[in-house]
Amino acid sequence: MTANSSTINGNAVKDYRSNSLWRLTLRRILRQRSAIIGMVILGFLLVVAIFADVIAPYSPYQVLIGVEDVNKRQAPCIHLLGCPADQPQHIMGIDGNVRDEFSRIIHGTRVSLFVGFSTVGVAIIIGTLLGAIAGYAGGWLDNLIMRFLDVLLAFPSLLLAITIVSVLGKGLQNALLAIAIVSIPSYARVVRASVLSVKETAYVSASRALGGNHAHILFGRILPNAIAPLIVRGTLGIGTAILDAAALSFIGLGAQPPLAEWGQMLGSERNQVFTAPHLVFYPGIAIMLTVLSFNLLGDGLRDAIDPRLRSAE
Amino acid sequence: MMENTKPSLLEVQNLVTYYYTDEGVVKAVDGVDFKVYPGEIIGLVGESGCGKSVTSLSIMGLIESPGKIVNGKINFLERNLLELGESEMQNVRGAQISMIFQQPQSSLNPVFTIGSQIEEVFQIHGKISKNEAADKAIELLKLVGIPDAVKKTHAYPHEMSGGQAQRVMIAMALALSPKLLIADEPTTALDVTIQAQILNLLADLRRKFNTSVILITHDLGVIAEMADRVAIMYAGKIIEQSDVQSLFDHPKHPYTRGLIASVPVMGEIKESLDTIPGNVPNLIDLPIGCRFSTRCNAREEYQLEICNKQEPELQRNQKSGHEVRCWLYQDGEGHTAPFKL
Repeated sequence: MTANSSTINGNAVKDYRSNSLWRLTLRRILRQRSAIIGMVILGFLLVVAIFADVIAPYSPYQVLIGVEDVNKRQAPCIHLLGCPADQPQHIMGIDGNVRDEFSRIIHGTRVSLFVGFSTVGVAIIIGTLLGAIAGYAGGWLDNLIMRFLDVLLAFPSLLLAITIVSVLGKGLQNALLAIAIVSIPSYARVVRASVLSVKETAYVSASRALGGNHAHILFGRILPNAIAPLIVRGTLGIGTAILDAAALSFIGLGAQPPLAEWGQMLGSERNQVFTAPHLVFYPGIAIMLTVLSFNLLGDGLRDAIDPRLRSAE
Repeated sequence: MMENTKPSLLEVQNLVTYYYTDEGVVKAVDGVDFKVYPGEIIGLVGESGCGKSVTSLSIMGLIESPGKIVNGKINFLERNLLELGESEMQNVRGAQISMIFQQPQSSLNPVFTIGSQIEEVFQIHGKISKNEAADKAIELLKLVGIPDAVKKTHAYPHEMSGGQAQRVMIAMALALSPKLLIADEPTTALDVTIQAQILNLLADLRRKFNTSVILITHDLGVIAEMADRVAIMYAGKIIEQSDVQSLFDHPKHPYTRGLIASVPVMGEIKESLDTIPGNVPNLIDLPIGCRFSTRCNAREEYQLEICNKQEPELQRNQKSGHEVRCWLYQDGEGHTAPFKL
């Protein structure tokens, strides 16, 4: 009997999956041009990050003195564009420590994507927890949590991050922690706002009338209805987090040399803007492209899944 | 009719639920008494804002701030529900007393399938495997007359019509065979044809499971068809209570008479429908004396002066069990009732 009905279930799942909310949402996302462009760039970056070891011709840390006949901050040499074939090819040139710039940019993709996803991941988990509890409980607990987050929000985020890093000590790990802490309030606010509106709905009352306890209702019934704006906010937030991390590294508080991190690469060569523009140009472009992809995707997602902004269909 | 001597399933005694708002104290329910016997359908009737829903939420223990149950007892299976803690109440809700709501479609969570929402009820209340719960969900959907039940367990609420959604809600409410079902205007949001189907379903299931039902509605037609007994509420109080036959044959309270007269009768041609003049009084600032006195034409007809001085008590006819709260049937200081109950 059980086996029989579960096979029936199996068939039914196939028939009905086309109608699921996720399918509908996905279809709506695919109609957003900016989301598609964002996804394409992001997909490209993910491939680069995953296969960095294969794509990069050199190790990002390999100093080429004595290995090849190259000079410090040598301009790019691309064979296809007329660079003499007897010279070694370095499509983005050589950096101040005589390393292949292209390999460092490629490996920097890994660092930046890791920075983006990990900081936002941590911030979303903590922010969601705080925002959900504040919105659901209300009263003094809500006040306590939200006023504390308001204080955090009152500081310019980068300044606060700099303060946190100064206290904890410089380094990529502490920079990530600082960026995560700084971005908690915005996620908490988004979640709290959604929870406030969802908890008044009839289906939440119905769940209570069926005997659900508070944890079940909040995390099992309310939150799944409140995550749409969080996904949008999180996607946009990854771009900001990458930018913040690059800024911290730029001023020397984040990633430390020799780690290949775009902001740090940019910062260490900033005085050579005129003599070796390629060393500033390529990391800058890389940061811009990455942040742009998340922003486009975030905007597209917002148009597709945030009901308050959804255009009439 | 014989006086009911069976022990009651639910006994609400002097229930008082107030809402403490910034504008003042809203006396939503102000001393309500009634009993529900096993297997019967009791109708709770009244205009919007007369306290029907607040009464039901009080029974469920779902009154939220700024609301508060100020006084009273709700005895259910020899326990006073008002003395139970929140976690004990959670065990009662859904398992022993459950509730269905007015807006079936918005009472279903939009991000979960129908099946998983029914299974949820089992998971909340008991240790039952996922497979068993899934089988039971299909069984329940068949029971409430949803065609293609197996497929429908994978459907989302937005794919269901209002009638189907209410059937699903009923399935969820009856999943654990509760002793008492509170149906808060279960058919108000539905088409008339669907209404009849849902009411028939409720009546069938009541017979099958011997579940008592508190049917909250403002539709006297529904009451006449479904209920065994009726309580009429007005401004937070029960003003008349009796078995359904007696109420429709001999309505006592002027308000009840007004309600019955305001229902259009098929085949009867009238210039305009009878109405009760005025509105339900402000529950913050209730009239002194009888709450209905400001709208009552019987008061003028019989020149009763006591009505806006003192509030009448619920009078009971010992033989028929018919209860009414009106000075027409009660003697008072310097006042002789014009009628005998």
